[in-house]
Amino acid sequence: MARAITKQKKIMWTALAWGLGLLIFFPILWTFLTSFKSEVTAISDPPVWFFFDWTTENYTAVLERSNYPLALTNSIIIAVGSTILGIIFAVPAAWAMAFVPGPKTKDVLLWMLSTKMLPAVGVLYPLVLVAKWLGLMDSRILLIVILMLINLPIIVWMLYTYFREIPGEILEAARMDGASLKSEILYVLTPMAVPGIASTILLNIILAWNEAFWTILLTTVNAAPLTKFISSFSAPEGLFYAKLSAASIMAIAPILIMGWFSQKQLVRGLTFGAVK
Amino acid sequence: MGRIQLKQVKKSFGDVVVIPPLDLEINDGEFVVFVGPSGCGKSTLLRLIAGLEDTTSGNIEIDGEDATGLPPAKRGLAMVFQSYALYPHMSVRKNIAFPMKMAGMEQAEQDRRIESAAKALNLTDYLDRRPGQLSGGQRQRVAIGRAIVREPSAFLFDEPLSNLDAALRVGMRMEISELHKKLETTMVYVTHDQVEAMTMADKIVVLHAGVIEQVGSPLELYRRPRNTFVAGFIGSPKMNLISGALAAQMNVHTIGIRPEHTTISKTEGAWQGKIGVAEHLGSDTFMHIHGIPGCDPLTVRAGGDVDVKHGDTVYVTPQAEHIHKFNEQGLRINETS
Repeated sequence: MARAITKQKKIMWTALAWGLGLLIFFPILWTFLTSFKSEVTAISDPPVWFFFDWTTENYTAVLERSNYPLALTNSIIIAVGSTILGIIFAVPAAWAMAFVPGPKTKDVLLWMLSTKMLPAVGVLYPLVLVAKWLGLMDSRILLIVILMLINLPIIVWMLYTYFREIPGEILEAARMDGASLKSEILYVLTPMAVPGIASTILLNIILAWNEAFWTILLTTVNAAPLTKFISSFSAPEGLFYAKLSAASIMAIAPILIMGWFSQKQLVRGLTFGAVK
Repeated sequence: MGRIQLKQVKKSFGDVVVIPPLDLEINDGEFVVFVGPSGCGKSTLLRLIAGLEDTTSGNIEIDGEDATGLPPAKRGLAMVFQSYALYPHMSVRKNIAFPMKMAGMEQAEQDRRIESAAKALNLTDYLDRRPGQLSGGQRQRVAIGRAIVREPSAFLFDEPLSNLDAALRVGMRMEISELHKKLETTMVYVTHDQVEAMTMADKIVVLHAGVIEQVGSPLELYRRPRNTFVAGFIGSPKMNLISGALAAQMNVHTIGIRPEHTTISKTEGAWQGKIGVAEHLGSDTFMHIHGIPGCDPLTVRAGGDVDVKHGDTVYVTPQAEHIHKFNEQGLRINETS
């Protein structure tokens, strides 16, 4: 018997879900609204909600005052670059752990995850020294490598779980059918792993895009991505809420749009009727 | 050709010996069934033949040539898996074509073979579908199609019917048997279901804990089981194995009598007991009889509908020529037929 859900209950839960959703969405909404206010309206008390003179002057000011295109380019290069580099290292690692696990595979996986628990500040000073010594401060390559290293455990874990879902019997069937290791990877494994790899790439781009600790601390101008771009508006001349909001919206818009269009890919699983 | 010989083949995982050294000969064109309870090593043995597992020691020869070290692709065998193991991202046509594509066969020849396999397996209308859009039986046929287009020297089946429902299983069983008659190719078939073994096999290999208990035709195994394990495993319902006083009367450790080799009467007979459960199937009646020493309950099969119910007192008489006798080690003694 299906569980009986009364209409009242349904309405109550729906309202609660929407309420929670709005609560979580509120900061973004508020930032969005503020970005169209004048600086005076932005700090008015009580706050003004929708009925103010909508203006785009903040956006113009932000674009004039700083180099948005450079920050955007840096963000894209760093996020995509670190992801691609991570995938190159993680696919063989996850493959090996999923299909030829050894007695210590589980331990290695857990150890990798444990590195995520190390506070980043703990290695800040040595890293800065190394970067300086290599002459890599404020360079894209440094951030690509550091973000790749930070997210590598997560990429490996994600790929590992996706690969684990590919039934071993299918690979054995390919072997029986005369496929060489190369054909097995090319014709059977890769097509089946693509949805998993795609989701991993998308998620990792988002993670790298949003990373703020290293990107802010290790860049000044040349390699500064959007995170640094935002933070620069909260600094010296005091707080300019409206401009800060406009900068934030410009920084999160690309990733938000990408996320919106790839929603399906992000949640898509691997199971599509291979095995019973 | 498809003659497979196992010579002193042994398999162990770490310290655990799954299959102690065994010898087995599978002749060209034979339908051989490996049967045994789960964990008896039958699937491992099949995977050793396929090349999906490495032998620990011993040799596997296919058509007289040593194949022990060959990778699966080089052995000229095709395998049908329990889970079908179809490629989910390929259409049925591409699934069936895959082994031919790997072999670099001409496109025209590929198409011809796909058409003929699809026709033989009733898949013509489904060639452009994905495996996910097919029923279990259809998927199994695709897996078989993928195996036959290669024209292998032998087919290996790993419990291919266990994911199907009962009605479909009977149908597929017949289809595989017919396929074997038509192709006359060696088939090695693994199952835990002794009915499948009895109905399909030319030769049954009964395995228990990695050891071959007996090899023979279905009726040989039925008529002359070599030991109590085979006696209890082959035949449905199971043979009644009776030890104690009744066996001692015949000067043996254990006697075995199949449910169908008994006569039942309400008035007189050798052994007296009470009906526990009576299963009336119309064509047959199965009775589980309590109170006979050394075997509780004793299963009796009578043809047609017998008018008995729970609690009735009945007499069972075993047919003397069908009594199997076993010694302390459970080995068959005193040849009867």
